[in-house]
Amino acid sequence: MSTIRLKAVANGDVVTVKALIVHPMQIAVEKDEKTGQPIPAHFIEEVVCEHKGQVVMTALWSQAISKNPYFSCKFKGGAKGDLIKLSWTDNTGQSDSDEKPIE
Amino acid sequence: MAISIKRRIFLKGSLAASAVAMAAGTGLLTPRAVLAAWPKDAFAAKAMPDALSALLGVTDAAKSGDIKVTAGDSGEARDGGQVKVHVETAMADVTRIAILAPGNPFPLLGAFDLGDGALGYAETRVKLAKSGDLIAVVKAGGKLYSANTSVRVVSSGCNS
Repeated sequence: MSTIRLKAVANGDVVTVKALIVHPMQIAVEKDEKTGQPIPAHFIEEVVCEHKGQVVMTALWSQAISKNPYFSCKFKGGAKGDLIKLSWTDNTGQSDSDEKPIE
Repeated sequence: MAISIKRRIFLKGSLAASAVAMAAGTGLLTPRAVLAAWPKDAFAAKAMPDALSALLGVTDAAKSGDIKVTAGDSGEARDGGQVKVHVETAMADVTRIAILAPGNPFPLLGAFDLGDGALGYAETRVKLAKSGDLIAVVKAGGKLYSANTSVRVVSSGCNS
């Protein structure tokens, strides 16, 4: 199952892309209150949104982006039916991507 | 005899393939990594001027009334772990939008690089440690502009 919920809607000549990603976005913790053990950071570093192979937006994120993060961008030049691709990569090298046509 | 020739061709082919794999592994074939490398130093900076300097090469940006930045619900965030941030500008040639919170242990929250056709807009949700300013820095036409808004955080987002 994809970790990405992606939606792209054309309104006039502007396409709005919205995405929700399932990810812990864990900040680095020196000492966990319960276990006393350190928790390593685990967060998405990069989100890339593409339209017909052209990058519309690259988001570079820190561990301060919220859990199950929300991404959005807007662009001109898209038409209904064009494929939008969204992909993410986190600091541990995990990644995922999804594609949806513009509605 | 014929078998050993085929074997030689096969070995040659696999050697070439592994050379390509090695080049990809060392980043020689990943041009995008050069264009948008994750700015480690900027994210590790503990003071805002250091973060700005590492990310954009300046320590301050001129205030502009042409950038609209909002945070939380009308400037209030009950849950500091999920604070909506919205940045919008009608400026031409916007190439980068950065969002920063000087009250966080690491002020730089995120940077958004815009491609051709992208509107000057970025929206996400962030974790804020405490009440304070939320700053948007916009790079447009090679120049830097900023705008800020204040947000009241009821419950710190430090533990989420």
